[in-house]
Amino acid sequence: MALDDRKLSATEERLAAMTMPEVGCTADARQAALARVRAMGLPGRRDEYWKYTRPDTLVQPKALPAAVFDGDETPLFDAIDRLKIVFVDGVYNAGLSDELELEGVQIDRLEDICCQKNHWAEDLYGTLETNGQSPVERPLAALNTAFAGDGVAIRVTGKPSKPISLIYIHDAEDSDVFLHHVVRVENGAEATILENGPAAARFNKCMEIDIADRGALHHVRAQGRDHERRAATHMFARLGQESVFKTFTLTANGVMTRNEVVLELTGDDAIAHVAGAALGDGDFHHDDTVFITHEGVNCESRQVFKKVLCNGATGVFQGKILVKQSAQKTDGYQISQSLLLDDDSQFYAKPELEIYADDVACSHGSTSGAIDEDALFYLRARGVPHGTATDLLTLAFLAEAVEEIEDEALADDILTRLEGWLTRRRHG
Amino acid sequence: MAILDQTDVKEGVDQETVDAVREVGEKYKYGWETEIEMEYAPKGLTEDIVRLISDKNEEPEWMTEWRLEAFARWQQLKEPDWAMLDYPEVDFQDQYYYARPKSMEKKPESLDDVDPKLLATYEKLGIPLKEQMILAGVEGADATPAEGRKVAVDAVFDSVSVGTTFQKELRQAGVIFCSISEAIREHPELVKKYLGSVVPVSDNFYATLNSAVFSDGSFVYIPPGVRCPMELSTYFRINAENTGQFERTLIIADKGSYVSYLEGCTAPQRDVSQLHAAVVEIVLLEDAEVKYSTVQNWYPGDENGKGGIYNFVTKRADCRGDRSKVMWTQVETGSAVTWKYPSCILRGDDSQGEFYSIAITNNHQQADTGTKMIHLGKNTKSRIVSKGISAGFAQNTYRGLVSMHPKAKNGRNYTQCDSLLIGDKCGAHTVPYIEVRNNSARVEHEATTSKVDDEQMFYCRQRGMDEEAAVALIVNGFAKEVLQALPMEFAMEAQQLVAISLEGSVG
Repeated sequence: MALDDRKLSATEERLAAMTMPEVGCTADARQAALARVRAMGLPGRRDEYWKYTRPDTLVQPKALPAAVFDGDETPLFDAIDRLKIVFVDGVYNAGLSDELELEGVQIDRLEDICCQKNHWAEDLYGTLETNGQSPVERPLAALNTAFAGDGVAIRVTGKPSKPISLIYIHDAEDSDVFLHHVVRVENGAEATILENGPAAARFNKCMEIDIADRGALHHVRAQGRDHERRAATHMFARLGQESVFKTFTLTANGVMTRNEVVLELTGDDAIAHVAGAALGDGDFHHDDTVFITHEGVNCESRQVFKKVLCNGATGVFQGKILVKQSAQKTDGYQISQSLLLDDDSQFYAKPELEIYADDVACSHGSTSGAIDEDALFYLRARGVPHGTATDLLTLAFLAEAVEEIEDEALADDILTRLEGWLTRRRHG
Repeated sequence: MAILDQTDVKEGVDQETVDAVREVGEKYKYGWETEIEMEYAPKGLTEDIVRLISDKNEEPEWMTEWRLEAFARWQQLKEPDWAMLDYPEVDFQDQYYYARPKSMEKKPESLDDVDPKLLATYEKLGIPLKEQMILAGVEGADATPAEGRKVAVDAVFDSVSVGTTFQKELRQAGVIFCSISEAIREHPELVKKYLGSVVPVSDNFYATLNSAVFSDGSFVYIPPGVRCPMELSTYFRINAENTGQFERTLIIADKGSYVSYLEGCTAPQRDVSQLHAAVVEIVLLEDAEVKYSTVQNWYPGDENGKGGIYNFVTKRADCRGDRSKVMWTQVETGSAVTWKYPSCILRGDDSQGEFYSIAITNNHQQADTGTKMIHLGKNTKSRIVSKGISAGFAQNTYRGLVSMHPKAKNGRNYTQCDSLLIGDKCGAHTVPYIEVRNNSARVEHEATTSKVDDEQMFYCRQRGMDEEAAVALIVNGFAKEVLQALPMEFAMEAQQLVAISLEGSVG
């Protein structure tokens, strides 16, 4: 279908403001991605897939500035032994990063894929993103594939002793960053990847994850607290037989966040868990868009999303489970819930199912409401002050999502963050 | 039928359900045709056709203008493509927009003057248009209705209403029940005030088309404080070939009134698909209550997907007054393609909307149906219960919207939708939209069995049932509950479906 004029001009305007980096071996993938962007057009306000999130500020040629948040919190995951890879405004910083050496894993930079012939990641770069463009288009991901300036290629071959931690530091107020990571978990291998930090004033990140049979990947991320930052992230994952992928995202603050997760369970007996906790106070728009495709037999997918919103914050959840005809014995579960702490906040949900196999169990639930008055009364009657009682109930509400994190130390770290946020909200 | 016989039904799916679905899809009982001399407007859709329809209905100038405005808008609209429906493009110029039996050229004075062939048609459908008789459907039902139970019928045949029964008796109660064409002539003040006020002329592609070309339909006005003395019903019959039916129904329930309204529809079996695009508008003032029940049994096409009705319907109730209440109940078994979302605008404080639906698709049928609950007033409540069953190569989609506006303080919604697939060549889909814009509103969307009514649970448990058995009983009982919400006149259709159980639902 031909693009309408408005979309065409918005797309061309953005593309005119972009420069393609040194591309080397990824040239073909990038040119193909650019062609996809031109064919699809960048998201517009009228697109069904952007019904509840206005894409304007993510699409416009120039990023809006965002002040760097100056908090006094201990950095996240600080006490956890990990291999640090640091990006400052989207540029790899060797000085702040650890040596990219860890047993059981091979880590290269995106530029290595570009200049090394036959790099293992060459065939993967842009491939899962391309697959993920159907049946729903994700033009911002294609834009990323075309223009990403930096990123890492992580190949997990064994069971590395510590997590790989990607840290995104935001420095310049008007930074506009594209990062593209490629991850391959080989047969039977297992790793944990952590991500944290605000990254930039505007951040477009794409991560392609290919998990081979019996591979396992744990992923925990926290998006930075800079109030004015904007982010559009995509995570594309393909799961082989008996593989496991578990991902959790914490989002506290940020004026605009769109996190898309696109999973394909291609092998039999695979397990995918996607969870998220979002806390928004004031000018905050947070959108979780998840698309899970079941192809293999006897796979399990689980989505748990919780949002706490106040002072006019907006939460969006668009989740879809697509069960293909081949995917018998699928067990799909999806829950999206919001807790609205005051009258100005909003929650929009579209929990979808599309099922073509008859021997499956898929359930989805979505609720929205205020703090349970009865529970609050119960706590108050036992002498718990109002603020503490609200915090306790809010934490209990979020707990279901945080419990999706398998590693206890990581889960504790996230919980501390949640508690800190609630306390600050009450006192600040 | 062949497809279901070859289908390997998964464990957990109730055999009785499969049989019931088979039964529904097996033989279309209403596929015969009435041989009757018809007159048609020329094929295609132009301004002249719109004028001609208006002219045939002897409409005043303002109505003609209204239609022409709709037609002008329609020409600028695009056919929507967001539904999960896949059908060949409809050629809107390859249709007749007006067809009426020759014998109806001069409007019959009373039912006695109506062509016996037409009366026989309705008799054969189980809808005798004689006032001393009650609808035939009841005879087959176990329960015998109360002595003297009456149902007033407006019978629409292709583009015209052939007659409305019990008009005199209803008039005594102050109720106006007539064809919409008659209402435009006889009660222009009411029609002018309310027509298009719930579904605006440019609401959507099909509603706009309907606004331009609707030929007939029913009109109901229930005055303040009146409980309509009998159930009202409209029976739509498409008979002519290549002819679309575009009926318009307008129901106005004034303050404190009550009416139960039924709608039935059938069409002959033909290889070529036919178009049906209706609009139903319901206005409810303070304390009014309307029950609107539909058994949609248009010809679904044959087992290879040939023929069948394309059913594009816009139905909407506007609860304008405080404490008003509307209830939509629908049993959808017919049509090749269904695009239908009976909706409630809960504008008045404490108003309530309910939607109960069973949609059964078989062979190559496709249904994309659901509801919209727009909560605007305080303390508004809505409840949605939707059951979709898909068999053969059919696709069945629930699509719904629950919207809580900032002023809808203490709004409540509860939604439950279940789908069942029989065989692995069909599909069942759920596309709910939930929009919450105030924190005192509570919205719950469930596709699981965990939210059954506590009291019912307690009752079952008290009688020694374990929890699982109790849940199963209550949930499966629900399909029956939807059917029982249907008025007696649909007993025959409903009886066929009581064997349906949602055991083995997928989500």
